[in-house]
Amino acid sequence: MKKRDYYLTFISLTLLVIFLFFADKYMDAYIVRILNLCAIYTVLGLSMNLINGFTGLFSLGHAGFMAIGAYTTAILTLSVNAKAQNFFLEPIAAPLANIVLPFFPSLLLAGILAALAGFLIGAPALRLKGDYLAIATLGFAEIIRVIFTNTQNITNGALGLKGIPAYTNLWWSYGIAAFTVLFMVLLINSSYGRAFKAIREDEIAAESMGINLFKHKVMSFTIGAFFAGIGGGLLGNLLGTIDPAMFKFTLTFNILLIIVLGGMGSITGTVISAFVVTISQEALRFLDQPIDLGFMVIPGVAGMRMVVFSILLMLVVLFYRHGLMGTNEFSWDKLLNALSFTKPLLKGGKK
Amino acid sequence: MVKMTSEMFLQHLANGISLGSLYALIAIGYTMVYGILRLINFAHGDIFMMATYFAFFGVFFGLPWYISFPVTIILTVLLGMTVELTAYRSLRDAPKISIMISAIGASFLIENLAIVIFGGRPKAFPTEELFTKVMYIGNISIQRLTFIIPVVTAILLVILLYLINKTKTGMAMRAVSKDHETARLMGVNIDRTISITFGIGSALAAIGGIMWGLKFPQIQPLMGVMPGLKCFIAAVIGGIGNTTGAVIGGFFLGVSEIMLVALLPGLTGYRDAFAFIILIMVLLFKPTGIMGEKISEKV
Repeated sequence: MKKRDYYLTFISLTLLVIFLFFADKYMDAYIVRILNLCAIYTVLGLSMNLINGFTGLFSLGHAGFMAIGAYTTAILTLSVNAKAQNFFLEPIAAPLANIVLPFFPSLLLAGILAALAGFLIGAPALRLKGDYLAIATLGFAEIIRVIFTNTQNITNGALGLKGIPAYTNLWWSYGIAAFTVLFMVLLINSSYGRAFKAIREDEIAAESMGINLFKHKVMSFTIGAFFAGIGGGLLGNLLGTIDPAMFKFTLTFNILLIIVLGGMGSITGTVISAFVVTISQEALRFLDQPIDLGFMVIPGVAGMRMVVFSILLMLVVLFYRHGLMGTNEFSWDKLLNALSFTKPLLKGGKK
Repeated sequence: MVKMTSEMFLQHLANGISLGSLYALIAIGYTMVYGILRLINFAHGDIFMMATYFAFFGVFFGLPWYISFPVTIILTVLLGMTVELTAYRSLRDAPKISIMISAIGASFLIENLAIVIFGGRPKAFPTEELFTKVMYIGNISIQRLTFIIPVVTAILLVILLYLINKTKTGMAMRAVSKDHETARLMGVNIDRTISITFGIGSALAAIGGIMWGLKFPQIQPLMGVMPGLKCFIAAVIGGIGNTTGAVIGGFFLGVSEIMLVALLPGLTGYRDAFAFIILIMVLLFKPTGIMGEKISEKV
């Protein structure tokens, strides 16, 4: 990296922090909530992109990992009183009733539990290829949801949990998002990351080059699950209410949309499209509500938004398969080149 | 464990077989498409759902069942072929992951369009006295439908096996499922063959959907998701790509699901998870399923 790039990175990070400070203090709750969601979806998108985009494993189990994360942090951060109020059908299992942890350890534990689940499901399921893996992971997410609906004395079943303390604020979500981005960049550029990409390009070739397929696949899957769990935990403590129906396949679909739109295998693309998708999901909310044109009222149709997003996903896959960024990443060189009017030659050209 | 008299057992068995037949009909669609394209047609469960809605509106507008049901089948076949044409055809040479994403997109599009057009609230499927009449044999009470469904499934299976094994179209389908390129060189029109495969799968899903509507007369836009996944599992159990296997898998899944709930009522809540547990077991210990052939990997 050049010295200029360090300065530019430092300046933009400072600007981000100032913006967050400003947003935290002066912006209204609705916008802050959307900003939080953007950061959380960045974490979730990156964790899914690691598995699907970088390692080429088509996994659809994200909602399951998120459910584990969200429930773990929710149960650990709920106060003793709130727990007693929530679990009125059947009291909560003994040791959980009195445990209350601060936010960070609960988040960490959420990630670890999700990673553990990822390891347990990954170890057998990763022997499967392609669509079998997709169905097995989808089935796993479904099993988690069914289990959570039925374990009344741990998760409060279909009633869900209410009154989860709203610990998630801009600092937590953006801090963790920044950490995730950094972690992913370092991981992808390490020898492990190169092994992941080799597996994505051609498993057989990778194996014959001496890459331990099983080890690397399980590793990618477990790390992905870890961050999905943390993302789920952040989401739970942002929304304040969770129930098993939240963690249906639709949730996985949203994250899939983010990584496909951004480009499977691009960190930059995922970050950009996490923001784009999250904001447009809020912005397009008007589609579900009646539209008043002054002279006539178009009745709102619930579900119209999802129609738009399904069409968007299909259009991207059919006509623009590489998404926003393909497998390219952000660099200051490219950005400055794109911005400047006089086009200097890129490095390596004839001067 | 619940103590069970032999009459109760027979009743559960009959229910299991009729549910299994429905699973089998839908599973055939999955297995045929997988055999020919190596692709899970995620939208198949939603095509099945649309079929029940077509039938619902047919009867709703006052058409008698013998007109409304064939029209339903034709519309569903058209829908299935349209899905293939728009979502899969242009991606034939694309990486597999793109095709799967397109399949998921198609599935979501159909579901959400159904929510927008038909509304999310469940509708009551009009039941025909002819099919739903309850009969008594000794102490066992059984709907007429419980007999009709397996018989219809058996007849359709015989026709289908004849079609696949004895006709020219069937030969083309088998050729395409072995190797696209070679089949093309032999003068097989690949696009047409794949389209026909989708059509046949959708027709069976339509018949399954109509009978599903008669048996469980409450329809809603997301009703196709769970049966869709379960039927794919049935196809995997039977050995994906194998038509007879899909039927066996369907019966196996239907009967064991009903028996599980009947014998261990405490586990009723876990009914939907049960199929996935079977799936994971099968994939781990016998990934080729009951009737499947072993496919070796070519470099």
